[in-house]
Amino acid sequence: MSKTVLSIDDSKAIRDMVAFTLGNAGYRVIEAENGLQGLDRLRSEPVSLVIVDLNMPVMNGFEFIKKARSDAKGAGIPILMLTTESRPEAKAEGKALGATGWLNKPFDANMLLTVTRKLAG
Amino acid sequence: MQVNPAVQSYVIEARDLLAQLETMLLDLEQAAPPEAVDSVFRALHTLKGGGGMFGFPALSAFVHHFEDAFDLVRMGKISVTRPLLDAALAGRDHVIALLDAGGDPERTDALANSPEAASILSQLARAANLAPPPVAPAERGWMVHFRPAANALMHGMRPDLLLEELASLGQCEVKCLAQGLAPLATLDPTQSHLGWDVTLHTTQGRAAIEAVFIFAEDAELTITEIAPPEVETKAEGPAQVRSTAPSRAQHNPETVRVPSLKLDAILDQLGELVIAQARLNQIASRFGDSTLDGLVEEFQRLIGGLRDTTLAIRMLPIETVFGKFRRVVRDLSVELGKEVILETEGGETEIDKNVLDRLSEPLVHMIRNSVDHGIESTAERVAAGKPAQGLVRLAACQDAGEILITIEDDGKGLDHERIRQKAIERGILAPEATPTESQLAELIFAPGFSTAEKVSSVSGRGVGMDAVMTTISALRGSVEVMSRKGEGTLISLRLPLTLAIIDGLLVQLGGDIFVMPLIAVDECVEFDLTELKRDSGRTMLAIRDEMVPFVDLAHVFGVPVDGVARRRVVIVRAEGQRMGLVVDDILGQHQTVIKPMSPFHADLADFAGATILGDGTVALILDTTSLLRRLLDSPSQALAA
Repeated sequence: MSKTVLSIDDSKAIRDMVAFTLGNAGYRVIEAENGLQGLDRLRSEPVSLVIVDLNMPVMNGFEFIKKARSDAKGAGIPILMLTTESRPEAKAEGKALGATGWLNKPFDANMLLTVTRKLAG
Repeated sequence: MQVNPAVQSYVIEARDLLAQLETMLLDLEQAAPPEAVDSVFRALHTLKGGGGMFGFPALSAFVHHFEDAFDLVRMGKISVTRPLLDAALAGRDHVIALLDAGGDPERTDALANSPEAASILSQLARAANLAPPPVAPAERGWMVHFRPAANALMHGMRPDLLLEELASLGQCEVKCLAQGLAPLATLDPTQSHLGWDVTLHTTQGRAAIEAVFIFAEDAELTITEIAPPEVETKAEGPAQVRSTAPSRAQHNPETVRVPSLKLDAILDQLGELVIAQARLNQIASRFGDSTLDGLVEEFQRLIGGLRDTTLAIRMLPIETVFGKFRRVVRDLSVELGKEVILETEGGETEIDKNVLDRLSEPLVHMIRNSVDHGIESTAERVAAGKPAQGLVRLAACQDAGEILITIEDDGKGLDHERIRQKAIERGILAPEATPTESQLAELIFAPGFSTAEKVSSVSGRGVGMDAVMTTISALRGSVEVMSRKGEGTLISLRLPLTLAIIDGLLVQLGGDIFVMPLIAVDECVEFDLTELKRDSGRTMLAIRDEMVPFVDLAHVFGVPVDGVARRRVVIVRAEGQRMGLVVDDILGQHQTVIKPMSPFHADLADFAGATILGDGTVALILDTTSLLRRLLDSPSQALAA
């Protein structure tokens, strides 16, 4: 059975890119527009990897990671945060909250796939 | 030089890989699914890795160039082209030579520095648009110590994936550090408690190893380079080496490599067992003791099972030789400027290794003939309204206890008229003879026959097809040719499944017992004088309106016949001809273990060997094919009759 990846981003362009790249590589991709929606999806079905943007309305990525790690459904799930070069300290902050790995934006399809395989197998 | 068993294993594996590699490369030529490139890459990678470990550094360095090229293909940076495959196939052949050098430094150096090697590499570099790469990075050993932070699992780390990634860099051996693990009752399952020591041999540098652990910043991680292993440590034994290659071991967990000599020995002993059992049967029947009979039956059943299993062990899929033919067809079509593809079918059909070994050469010959003589030039094909690309089809299947192999081409077919003229010219056929088309077709197997106008380097001088027939007959097989002008030719080979044990028909002649291979026997009839006909000096027997020539085996072998009233005729078939052999009596069927004739008697053409019967007597096994050929004299006389 294909692995499910939850992609949380307010940018449709990024979500589409993630869905297309991972979809082609055999993953099943489900989406959410912000952290809150993301938590709902995470609680509603088992996922193998969460890819989460940090800067989002309603609930940002940091908040999502913190909530996810304190939730029985989210503990231990690999979480990949999408970071930018402009705020290197965000990486450390996200890691401290429980993110598994990071990917700097902009990224290309190969980088995304490599990191996804690394974290979700 | 001390021979390290691990090195031998590597050489055997490498040869397998190289054979597979050839098939894969040829696959790529036709249609290239992405996985095919991956398989090529993996095969190259394994070859290279092992080469470094087992004392073939030159091989490893050479293969590295090809691995690079196919890595580029894999990443989509370059595409599979004919020149690339040409280079890769040539490279593969060079690797075999390196392997043959057996790690001998002088021969290896000579090969590695030969102009051929350089030319292959520059061919490859051109094909892959690569600058000729500098010296390949040597494989180095690393000790990686890794212990994730306690909360790593909660934070979504998958140590298993990291270890797998590490393993993908090269050969690695993983040791789990479970010391100090708390008892289960007090163990916190959400925390990470384990660590790992990984010994890794890779051509990649430290950066590649560090990249694996990029997200594991808070883990305990040390990466230290270990000194290159000395020769002595390599020779420690196969157990250690095996454990460093878990992926390969897992790949085929239930396979054991055994020298074929051992299998021959088992088969030999089994043969003796079958004979001993037949004797036991005979002796037991004298006692009429039901307990003994039961036991004998049990033995018979068990030995039968043992025989089937043993024979099955010796069976190899015919695929192993099919791969070779694709290369033959490819090289030949390039040489002749024809476009020919080879289709194979039934490669999984299994056949006895001994048969397979001897089959390869005649098959190559017939395939070369098909490509050279059968398939027309592209221009001729187009003019005849055929597809420009010629097709040679090689198929194998099991058919009623025999292996049926067919070689079919869609070429111009046999020119029966030209065969007839040629055969008359060569004195193989009487000028006034009126042979059928199929009889004419079979003449191509006659000694000294060749219809090719000129002798080409490709398909020889007509000695080949004759040799093909000889080999196939020696394997107790038969050949049949069907051809339609302008449409193509179909050659069918029928071969026994095994050479060691056959089903035989026991016949009595005077005081002696002979065995005929059951496979050659068409039917048995009563010897009825009223059915006798005479036809130009030859005695014929009318069987269902067909005239079948017959001879009395008693005359042939000079066995005195003392007026046996009821005699029988066994109708045997060989090379498409039927003939009756008159014997005194038919005794029944017999599981026959073939024992070769002694060197003194090996020249006796009429006998394929001997066997020992249940009562200990020796019976000669008739080689019906050669016997019939002799009795029917040469084909010309038979046809002229």
